[in-house]
Amino acid sequence: MEDLMAARLQMAVSLGFHIIFACIGMTMPILMAFSEWKWLRTNKQVYLDIAKAWAKGVAIFFAVGAVSGTVLSFELGLLFPGFMEHAGAIIGMPFSWEGTAFFVEAIALGVFLYGWNKLNKWVHWTSGIVVGISGVMSGIFVVSANAWMNSPAGFTWENGKASNIDPVAAMFNDAWFSQALHMTLAAFVATAFAVAGVHAFLLLKNRNIQFHQAAVKMALSFGAVAALLQPVSGDYAAKDIAERQPAKLAAMEALYKTSKPADLVIGGIPNNKEERVDYAIHLPGFLGFLAHGDFDAEVIGLDQFPEDERPPVLIPHIAFQVMVGLGMILALAGLLFFAFRIWGKHVFQKKWWLTFIAILTPMGFIAVEAGWVVTEVGRQPWIIYGVMKTKDAVSTMPGLQYSFYTILFLYVMLSVILVWIMRRQIAGITTHYPSAVNPD
Amino acid sequence: MLTLIILVLAISFILYAILGGADFGAGIVELFAGSKGEKTISKSIAPVWEANHVWLILAIVILFTGFPKIYSTISTTLHIPLMIVLIGIVLRGTSFTFRHYDDPHVGAHKYYSVFFKVSSFVTPFFLGVILGAMILGRISPGAPENFYAGFIAPWFNAFCFMMGLFTTSLFGYIASVFLIGEAQYHVEQQRYGKLAKIFLLATMVIGFLVFVVAEWQGHHLFAEFIASVPSVIAMSMVLLVCPLIFYLFTHPIIIYLRVAVATQVTLIMLGWFSIQFPIVLYSDTGHHLTFYNTQAP
Repeated sequence: MEDLMAARLQMAVSLGFHIIFACIGMTMPILMAFSEWKWLRTNKQVYLDIAKAWAKGVAIFFAVGAVSGTVLSFELGLLFPGFMEHAGAIIGMPFSWEGTAFFVEAIALGVFLYGWNKLNKWVHWTSGIVVGISGVMSGIFVVSANAWMNSPAGFTWENGKASNIDPVAAMFNDAWFSQALHMTLAAFVATAFAVAGVHAFLLLKNRNIQFHQAAVKMALSFGAVAALLQPVSGDYAAKDIAERQPAKLAAMEALYKTSKPADLVIGGIPNNKEERVDYAIHLPGFLGFLAHGDFDAEVIGLDQFPEDERPPVLIPHIAFQVMVGLGMILALAGLLFFAFRIWGKHVFQKKWWLTFIAILTPMGFIAVEAGWVVTEVGRQPWIIYGVMKTKDAVSTMPGLQYSFYTILFLYVMLSVILVWIMRRQIAGITTHYPSAVNPD
Repeated sequence: MLTLIILVLAISFILYAILGGADFGAGIVELFAGSKGEKTISKSIAPVWEANHVWLILAIVILFTGFPKIYSTISTTLHIPLMIVLIGIVLRGTSFTFRHYDDPHVGAHKYYSVFFKVSSFVTPFFLGVILGAMILGRISPGAPENFYAGFIAPWFNAFCFMMGLFTTSLFGYIASVFLIGEAQYHVEQQRYGKLAKIFLLATMVIGFLVFVVAEWQGHHLFAEFIASVPSVIAMSMVLLVCPLIFYLFTHPIIIYLRVAVATQVTLIMLGWFSIQFPIVLYSDTGHHLTFYNTQAP
C-alpha cells in the first residue's frame, strides 16, 4: 500500500471512530441534564433513573472519546507533518480553545458523575449543562479548524510559506458556520435517534416499561427537532459549497460537464470513463435550484478543473446519496413523531412504530460518517484547498501501512468490546432502576 | 510574547508530569503492588484522569502553533515511539474505564486489569524514550540515510531506555505518594509509604545511571549539568527535600507530603529545562532546533 493511501486511511479510521464518541459527547450530556431537569421539576423517580443510566453511558463513551481525541491531535503531525508545519500556526487557536473546552467538559463531567449525593441538586444539574455546552463548543472549534482546510483564510501564501497570519480570521473562515451548524445538528440527530432506537428495541421486548417509554419520548423530541432543521442547514451548506468549492459539489453530484440548466442526479453509479452516471434518476434543472436558487442557473462541472485537481467522484457521490437519503428518512421520522403527538399518541405503543424507531438506531451515525466522507474525499487532492496537496503533506516515514493496520486492529477490537459492554450495561438496567421493571 | 509561550509550555509539561504522573503511576503501582489497591486506585483516579490529558494536548498545541518545525520533526523521526504512546494511552484509558464500569463479576475483569497495568507502564516508558531521543541528538531533520538511521536509531538505544525507566520510576514514586493520601486504612497507607521509598531510591539510582549511560553514548550530559548553575541548585534542592520526605513517610501530613513531592518533580523538570534551554531538540548535524530558530511566522 502506498504511504499516502495508508496515511489517509488511518486518518479516516481514527476520525470515523472518534466522531461517534464526539457526537455522543456533544448530545448525551444535554439529554441526561434534560432528564434530571424533569426529575427536579416533577419529582418522578423515572426521570432520575434515566438520567443516572444515561450518565453511565456518557462516562464510558466520554472516556473512549477522550483517548481517541488525544490520538487525533498527535496523528495530524504523525501522518501529515507537512500540513502541520505550515497550518499549525494558523489554526492553533481553535485547537487551543478545543483543549480548553475539553478540560471544562472533563472536570464538569467528573463533578456530575461523582456528585450525585454530595451537591445541591441544582448545582449538580448545572454541572451537567456545563458538560453539554462545553461538549458542543469543543465540537464547533474542531469543525472550525476543519472548515479552514476547505476554506483557507487568515494568511498570505508565498514561496511555499505562510505569512501575515491572522488566527481570528482563520478560525472564522467562510466555511466555519455552515459546517459547525451542520455537524452540531448531525450530532443531535444521530445520538438522539440512536438512544431512542435502543430504548424502542427494549420496549419491543416488553411494552409496559415506564423507563423506556419516557426515554424514547425525551430522546425523540430532541432528535425530531434536529432532524427537521437539518435539511435547512444542509441546503445552506450546499449553496455555500457551490460558491466556495465547486469541485466538491461537482463530485458530490457527479456533474462531469458544466451545465445550464443542470440536472440533479439521484443515485446511480458514476462512470468516470464515459463521464456520465449510469442507472441514475435525473431531475432537470433541480441542481441549479439547489445550488444557486434558480432552475436556469449554470452549475460548474469537473471539466472546469485540470485533471490533477479533480476530486474522486465515485466515493463522494455515493456517500452524499447515503447521507441525504438517511437524513430524509430521519426527518420524516421526526415529522411523524410530531404528527402523532398531536393526532394519535396511541401509535407510540404500536409495534410497527417501535420497530421503525429501532431500525433507525444506526442510521444517523451512518449519515454522519457518510457526510465526513463527502467533505474529506471531496476536498482531495487538496489538504488545504487550493494551497497544499495531500501528497505533499504526508509523512516521509516509509511503511505507514503498518501504523494503519495497528490502529485499524485496535479500533475494531475496541468497538467489539464496547458493544459487548454496552449490552451488559443495558441488561443491567432492570436490576439497578426500579422504574425499568415491568409493573405486572 | 515568546517568553510567555515558552513559560506556558513549561508549565503544561510540569503539570503533565505531576498530574499525569500520579495517574499513570497508579497503574505502575498496581503492577508492582498487586491488585490489593485496585479499589483505592480506581476511586482516586476515575474522576480526573481524562482531564489530565489536557496538559499533554496543550503542550502539543503550543508546539505546533508556536514551533511547528519542532513538532513536525519530532512526529516524523519519532513516529514509532509516538505511536506506541498513543496506543498505550488508548488501551490504558479504555481498559481503566471498562474495569470501572463493567460488571465486576465478568471474566474480562482480569484482562482489563492486565491491560491497564501494562499500558500504564509502557506509555510513560516511551514518553521517557521520546524525551531521551530529543536530548541525545541522533535525530537528523533532513532526509535520512536509511530507515534504521532515520527512524529507529534516534530512540532505540540505552540512553533513551534509561530515560524511559527514569520516567516510569518517577511516575511510580509520584503515584505512591499520592495514594498514601487516598488510602482508606492504615495498613494500606503503610504499603504505599514503603513503595514510595523504594520508588524514590530507584529514581535516584536510575537518575544517576542516566548520566552514566549518556557518557557511554557520547553525550556529555554531566558536563552540561555542572555548567548550568540553576540546574545544580535545582538538583541540590531535590536532594535536600529528601530527608523531610522520609520523615513525612513515617508521620504523614498529606498536604505537606504532596507539596514536597510536587516541588521535587518541578525542580527536576526545571533543572532539565535549564540544562538545554533554548534547545528543544538536539540534532546530529549540530544544527539544533531551538525555540528561536523554529518560531512560527
